Amino acid sequence: MIQAPAASTADISCCRSDFPTLQQQVNAHPLAYLDSAASAQQPTAVIDAVARYQSEDHANVHRGVHTLSHRATELYEAARVKLCQLVNAASQAEIILTSGTTESINLVAQSYCRPMLQAGDQILITWLEHHSNIVPWQLVCEQTGAELIVAPVNDRGELELDEFRAMLTERVKLLAIGHVSNALGTINPLREIISAAKKLGIVVLVDGAQGVPHMDVDVQALGCDFYAFSGHKMYGPTGTGVLWGRESLLAAMPPYQGGGDMILEVHFDSTVFNELPYKFEAGTPNISGIIGLGAAVDYLQSIGMQNIYEHEQSLHAYLVSKLNAIAGLRLIGTARNQASVQSFMLDDIHPHDLGTILDHQGVAVRTGHHCAMPVMQHFGVPGTTRASLGLYNTVDDVDQLIRALEKARRVFA
Amino acid sequence: MNNAADRHDLQELYREVILHHARTPRNFRCPENATHTAEGINPMCGDKLRLYLVIDANERVVDAGFEGSGCAISMASASMLTEAVRNLSVVEADACFSTMTRRLNQALPGCETPAALKLPGLQALDGVRAHPSRIKCATLAWHALHAALEHSQTVATSE
Repeated sequence: MIQAPAASTADISCCRSDFPTLQQQVNAHPLAYLDSAASAQQPTAVIDAVARYQSEDHANVHRGVHTLSHRATELYEAARVKLCQLVNAASQAEIILTSGTTESINLVAQSYCRPMLQAGDQILITWLEHHSNIVPWQLVCEQTGAELIVAPVNDRGELELDEFRAMLTERVKLLAIGHVSNALGTINPLREIISAAKKLGIVVLVDGAQGVPHMDVDVQALGCDFYAFSGHKMYGPTGTGVLWGRESLLAAMPPYQGGGDMILEVHFDSTVFNELPYKFEAGTPNISGIIGLGAAVDYLQSIGMQNIYEHEQSLHAYLVSKLNAIAGLRLIGTARNQASVQSFMLDDIHPHDLGTILDHQGVAVRTGHHCAMPVMQHFGVPGTTRASLGLYNTVDDVDQLIRALEKARRVFA
Repeated sequence: MNNAADRHDLQELYREVILHHARTPRNFRCPENATHTAEGINPMCGDKLRLYLVIDANERVVDAGFEGSGCAISMASASMLTEAVRNLSVVEADACFSTMTRRLNQALPGCETPAALKLPGLQALDGVRAHPSRIKCATLAWHALHAALEHSQTVATSE
């Protein structure tokens, strides 16, 4: 008999009531939302912050002299301060507000790599990467003649460190690596990896879309040069994200996009760009979204990232023990250091068929290739079913998933 | 929706005939003398198949086969397609594409009579109508059929 995890100091199950979307039935079952790695639900604190701004404070930022513009700017910039503190950036000038991880990575590819890369240079990624940490590099390689090389993983879904080290040579100008694999949950040993890259002076970008929601992130302690993440994976609004970059690198990079807000002076023969971080923030940003993201940071810090990490780890261990007890179930991704993301296959049931059957039981999971086709190919599967646990999930959610999986086996028996 | 209706709905989608075709697809092969072929891919899903047709001098489909991988709905649909189009004229086969894609997207069941279009057994696929996200799984093979008949060089998709 598998016991549910005992209540511990990380018992944060009361947080579930902060999330309105979770208080509903789906297909006549309580909603068990196990798809936070795709997009996390938003707490009332975020929803209210966005609504308050929209109904009381909306105006454009950094432009008007009037009261509402001032308020909007204050709220927007306060969110930047919160994000700066969340990842321990050295200064707010290093916090570029973007539409998400994808834009953050493309910004680095086009503004940092494109002017710098030459034919014969290499960009190193891993088999674990999300498409958004593959395709921007392919594009810049095509533009510059550089080569994209890929470090392999083992059958647990962990990076093969020896082969990775062998690929780290002076030809590599940029290492782009995920903090946590979105498909398999693998937590990469970033300190070790970054330290090896730094010995060769290689610039390192970390795709932190799946890192920030699960654990404390300190960009200075990690020692990387860029860290990209998204708002909607960390209980904030969609269309928001951050690129943290070292000030010395950002200052030397040309703008990513031209437009309003990123300039100091515009003449037809020349333009003086704005200072950091505004040089990289052309056009009117997603003001309400970023203000909501600031509220999400407050919310996460009120619970404590360490408490969230412990809660999710304990629940993930329970999930794995229950999944292992189901005949015909194969875990995909069994890294020794794993976030609360679990892919699996059940018998020969296609993940999409399984996803439909689980949805009938009120269980929301992601099915398919998870925007990580190469790692699916590594495991020889067209896709997987993925349950990802957030701070609001409970033992009841896991139990509901397990019951639904047993039902799926009966349908396909 | 109560639990009885829930069970009924699932059984509608995964009828025995669909599961049977998905487990043991018919004509899962590449005919040696195939004259027409097209690939169908739903990139978001990952469902992927290649459809082959043998069309004789009288513009009649004398054989059909497919290869690929995907969910039970997409594989069953492709399997049934290969049985349904055999012995149809090219015009009749192409009419099956428009009929099936229209029918599977229709909210109202029974608006088309499959018997009149000689598509036996395909009524079972109508269960996807209650599952909007799965309609594209059922229509993928039919899009590939249309592309093959048109000698289209582009990959067909129903997403």
